[in-house]
Amino acid sequence: MGFVNKLRSSLTKVRRSLAGAVENVVSGRREIDESLYEELEDALILADVGVAAAQEIMSRVRKRVKELRLKDPMQLKPLFKEEILRIIGVEAAPLFLPKEPPAVILMVGVNGTGKTTSIGKLACYFREQGKKVLLAAADTFRAAAIDQLEVWAKRAGVDVIKQREGSDPAAVVYDALQAAKARRVDVVLVDTAGRLHTKTNLMEELKKIRRVAEREVPGAPHEVLLVVDATTGQNAVNQAKLFSEAAGVTGIVLTKLDGTAKGGVVVAVKNAFEIPVKFVGIGEGVEDLIPFHPGEFAAAIFD
Amino acid sequence: MFSSLGEKLQETFKRLKGKGKLTEQDVDAALREVRVALLEADVNFKVVKDFVKRIRERAVGQEVLANLNPAHQVVKIVRDELTALMGGENARLNIAPKPPAVIMLVGLQGSGKTTTAAKLCVLLKKQGRRPLLVAADVYRPAAIRQLEVLGGQIQVPVYSSDKSPVGIATGAFEEAVRKGNDTVVIDTAGRLHINEELMKELDLIKKSVKPHEILLVADAMTGQDAVTVAETFHKRLELDGVVLTKLDGDTRGGAALSIREVTGCPIKFAGVGEKLDMLEPFHPDRMADRILGMGDVLTLIEKAQDTFDIQQASEMQKRIKSADFNLEDFLVQLRQFKKMGPLEQVLGMLPGFGNMKKVRDQFQLDERDLVLTEAIINSMTAEERRRPDVIDGSRRRRIAHGSGTTVQDVNRLLKQFGQTKKLIRQFTSMEKGVKKGVKMGRFPFM
Repeated sequence: MGFVNKLRSSLTKVRRSLAGAVENVVSGRREIDESLYEELEDALILADVGVAAAQEIMSRVRKRVKELRLKDPMQLKPLFKEEILRIIGVEAAPLFLPKEPPAVILMVGVNGTGKTTSIGKLACYFREQGKKVLLAAADTFRAAAIDQLEVWAKRAGVDVIKQREGSDPAAVVYDALQAAKARRVDVVLVDTAGRLHTKTNLMEELKKIRRVAEREVPGAPHEVLLVVDATTGQNAVNQAKLFSEAAGVTGIVLTKLDGTAKGGVVVAVKNAFEIPVKFVGIGEGVEDLIPFHPGEFAAAIFD
Repeated sequence: MFSSLGEKLQETFKRLKGKGKLTEQDVDAALREVRVALLEADVNFKVVKDFVKRIRERAVGQEVLANLNPAHQVVKIVRDELTALMGGENARLNIAPKPPAVIMLVGLQGSGKTTTAAKLCVLLKKQGRRPLLVAADVYRPAAIRQLEVLGGQIQVPVYSSDKSPVGIATGAFEEAVRKGNDTVVIDTAGRLHINEELMKELDLIKKSVKPHEILLVADAMTGQDAVTVAETFHKRLELDGVVLTKLDGDTRGGAALSIREVTGCPIKFAGVGEKLDMLEPFHPDRMADRILGMGDVLTLIEKAQDTFDIQQASEMQKRIKSADFNLEDFLVQLRQFKKMGPLEQVLGMLPGFGNMKKVRDQFQLDERDLVLTEAIINSMTAEERRRPDVIDGSRRRRIAHGSGTTVQDVNRLLKQFGQTKKLIRQFTSMEKGVKKGVKMGRFPFM
């Protein structure tokens, strides 16, 4: 199965909700009128694109329709694809890996989005590329989070640096980075505890982790990936904002995209903050966390 | 991020002053704002549509009461309707007369089932019950271990075995009967509602242990998809209720409304913090305020009542007004205030403060001030606290050194304290003269 095909089959539901909705709305219509626009805007909101982004997309679509003097509602579909691509960008935003290893990647996010699982999958992804990977178990808060990471490490055949539950996460990161330098590791993946972005003290803890990484490895952290659950609604925008302020988010990992009909948060977040999606989770399998390519995403949905 | 619906409506109605009746246009303008507010709060779009229609019917032609402005009036209608929609009153757990009662938790991955299972047991224990936790999540790595750790923390036994989830559930039931546990709480694996195989497994567990309560654990941050998820689980299992988790963040939690509307199941509990005692009964009216960005005054009041010992408080009031109010009393007060929770959280419950970033940022600073102030007072001797006047230059240096602050910080605190005292003195002497417009003295930490 080709890559785009796989993406397409995993995103069936997203496709139905975005492209399908647009199609449903336009089919059978004779002309482009106000009620058609309103229904289209609703369709976007229903896909979790958010009110702001939906309104922006609609106002641009209206303008284009006037410019191009479109009359047939069927002609609207490509316009939507273009407008969504305009927001999420056409080019993929690959991970930045420094010439001089180790690359330090920090995984952050609210509780239950799939940070630990994503790290497990990323570890496999890098291993397949022949890279030497080390995991840092800096989620010292949640019960058994370290055990969970260790199971993943075994699956991926990589090492974990850990301390006891309840210890200082920044100290774990320090240990991991020392070990990474000594063992000539290519990529260090740091698992952090899930935290709600409104908890000031926990966000401070994240800043400290970041500072330790900055101090121990020049240029680190090279990537700070915010893990977002695709079923999340407009709160994702708040998450992106506050995590960026605390830890300098460089990209988003959008998980559980196979289960939701939505995923419009991709658009909402990119629209608000210019933070690109770098990986998407489209299944439970190890190989189901894949680099995100906006063009292919749009193609899988609209074509 | 979002400004409150109240504020937006005020804007919309500004030009309406002096009108006696709400016309259709006025109401439509207001309802556009209501619609956006609800959508921004992630209330499902179809639910919003029906809802707005109902509000419109109620609001058109309403007399604008003299003492209420139109904005308030519309907000009130919206709030009443929202509350009604979410079930009006708090709904309790159905617990079978004949033990053991079985409670089964289901939901998507990462919604918080395992943590909720433990929190639920804490609540049950408080009610004098003897719960048994059941680890039936055999898929996620270390999920069983997580439940075991949590069980250890709250001293509740955890049952598991290497059988299938159905085998574990039936085994647990027998174990409960044997050991005299009156409530069985089953933690199931997270699953996507579209995963047929795993949904079937839930069905089998249901058939084998016949739970009295099947609770859907749902993340309060869920977007438009909340409806589909709840609907699928409900069709398959006939849910008895919902637990809404992660409500301690800044989500508006519109998912609550969608889930309730679609399934008709009451939301029974809300998770409001990471600690294991932070599961609260769900209150629809408070949730309505939150969705509208109107703050949560009632919870705040309850919190204050919980933390403040009334007798202690009235004594303190006397002390404040007396001439020898000193830094020791002040410290007691400061600590009580802190006990109510993070300042930001407390302020978030006040109407208008909820999502105003600017105010938040300002109070963020003050949270640190609170800590500093406490540190400074802690570094004083008992004598110094009782009689701040004795604190001279060299004592100031010592206090600053001991509390990790600067002499300037110490000076500022002492100066503010002096001013506060003076104000209180003015206030109490004026109280007798019953003069209006006198502002209560601000404490240095406010």
